[in-house]
Amino acid sequence: MMIEGVEEKFSRGDLPAIHPGDTVRVYFRVKEGNKERVQPFEGVVIAIRGDGTKKMFTVRKISFGIGVERIFPYNSPLIEKIEIKQRGRVRRAKLYYLRKKVGKAAKIKPLRVVKKKES
Amino acid sequence: MKGILGLKIGMTQIFDDKGDVIPVTVVQAGPCYVIQKKTKEIDDYNAIQIGFFPKKMHRVNKPLKGHMGKAKRGMFYYLKEIPLTDDEIKNYEVGQEITIDIFGDDEFVDVTGTSKGRGFTGVIKRWNFSGGRSTHGSKFHRTHGSTGMCEQPGRIFKGTKMAGHYGNEKVTVQNLKVVGKIKEKNYLLIKGAVPGPNKSLVIIKESVKKAGVKK
Repeated sequence: MMIEGVEEKFSRGDLPAIHPGDTVRVYFRVKEGNKERVQPFEGVVIAIRGDGTKKMFTVRKISFGIGVERIFPYNSPLIEKIEIKQRGRVRRAKLYYLRKKVGKAAKIKPLRVVKKKES
Repeated sequence: MKGILGLKIGMTQIFDDKGDVIPVTVVQAGPCYVIQKKTKEIDDYNAIQIGFFPKKMHRVNKPLKGHMGKAKRGMFYYLKEIPLTDDEIKNYEVGQEITIDIFGDDEFVDVTGTSKGRGFTGVIKRWNFSGGRSTHGSKFHRTHGSTGMCEQPGRIFKGTKMAGHYGNEKVTVQNLKVVGKIKEKNYLLIKGAVPGPNKSLVIIKESVKKAGVKK
């Protein structure tokens, strides 16, 4: 549930809307000692939970043959930017079934944008 | 002692400048108005009675209309007393407004509320008993077991932990930090959880143990 008058202040409106199935590249700021650098993480959004400032999303990628998942707070000030590489065509909100799929079966087809016929 | 009344709005989370998440409870606190001043000469102790949450005139009975009318600030649902020292009481006048500005950022507060009522509850939920195992022939599941000894002392000691009514009682949480304020809505953002369900009355007072401590 959103708390009006509070969550808007701590939410950021500059990030693009993401959906489950999208392939995204998240630029996350990491602090190492005194240095700060930006660490990109690219993968498929497999889950989005919560709303308002509490919104979190899970990104899954295959790194050297091992599945890696990372959960980001959507409104975190540490996210520099989110790039959407591809919109995916999926039929459910949580894509946990991808964890059991390997190779081509774990691929998500791109979303086809159907143009409206002019009548 | 500083104090204000408020309604618990709910919990959410915010980010600090480091990017860390802070869990906060949003409390709509004040504006409250001083309805009555109690002084040592007349009442044997110093306190102010403050009113919170406007009430329609026709819903108030006659004795309270007279009592609250003296402050000329309208009628209120909630009236509570805040104890004060001899020096502090000089700063308050009847009808004076109390807002969230009395608390600074990063100040510690104690929050009192009425906890969520849980009805008649077993010992596992009420007293954190561990209970028995569910399988392997066990017949001892969620009950409390023995509550006392034999013929000596021949009775159950008072205060023994047993099943019974749990919740819906006054609870105070100490040393919670005020991490933010939203002035236009009179919202206080208090780090951590606060007793009671949403929309319930809470009393926010200056911390007893960490009064004046910052960060």
